[in-house]
Amino acid sequence: MAADLADLASAARAGDRAAFEGLVRATYADAYTLAYRLTGSEEDARDVVQDAYLRAYKGLKRFRGDASFSTWLHRITANCAATYLVKRRKARHEVLDEEQAPADERPEVDPEARAALAFERERLGAALQGLPAQMRAVVVLRDVYDLPHEAIARELGISEGAAKVRLHRARRRLRERMFPARGEPGGEEVADAV
Amino acid sequence: MRCEDVAELLPQVVDGGRADPSVRAHVEACLRCQAEMVQYRKLLKALHNLRTEVLEPAPGMLPGILASLEAVGERGAVRSLLSGHRAAYVGGVAVATAAAGAAGAFLVVSRGRRRVRLAS
Repeated sequence: MAADLADLASAARAGDRAAFEGLVRATYADAYTLAYRLTGSEEDARDVVQDAYLRAYKGLKRFRGDASFSTWLHRITANCAATYLVKRRKARHEVLDEEQAPADERPEVDPEARAALAFERERLGAALQGLPAQMRAVVVLRDVYDLPHEAIARELGISEGAAKVRLHRARRRLRERMFPARGEPGGEEVADAV
Repeated sequence: MRCEDVAELLPQVVDGGRADPSVRAHVEACLRCQAEMVQYRKLLKALHNLRTEVLEPAPGMLPGILASLEAVGERGAVRSLLSGHRAAYVGGVAVATAAAGAAGAFLVVSRGRRRVRLAS
């Protein structure tokens, strides 16, 4: 897959339009997933992805191939999402689902474990969407997509120090939501489970 | 060192961030901070696992992206075509000007020779 993408990217850089379309087909769902995680909205994610591919197409000559095409596209998507969120400037408040704790860590074992994983993902997704957009962007890019601090800072237009501070704050908030203390909503079950 | 102070540092310590030895020593000896550290590790693992999840975009999204790329490609083609025409136009004007200049110079020279011949 990675080799295929590298070949397609190389052909696209040489001006092959069909190769770029092949790249889009191979990566758009992944780009959409990242955009959705960053924006928290299907509609916004669609716009961000469209913009990201346009930028990628126009900037293809600048893609040197030292990173994978996916990583390069993630950075462009993050940059587009940051620009989009700044433009949008409207807060979104999602209701968090705080019913139960994550349960099993071995999803491959049985259907119950898979269901538990799906439930955990749903809770984590809700917790992520409950974060302010700037904080969510940093934790998603670092802890989900494994981008280096320096790249995250550049794409979001902030200093590396600020990116780290946001990351640590985001982790703290997520932990508090995923593992609420006793006395907080959902705290009894979680405290027992940990 | 107090748990409250250590708690501030756990989000950066959890994935290998630099930490004062006194922080590590506190965590090793404190069950409460160890429990928090375990929660952070679980959180990071759950976040990392999200990477394998790919959401399904709406069916019209791919055609939309391809259509917008097509439009950009066409605009680019038209632009390069126009700039090619412009270059040809400018080139044509330059050649015509040069030709007109050469013709003018030839006329002036030939009239001058005729006058000279008539005078002699």
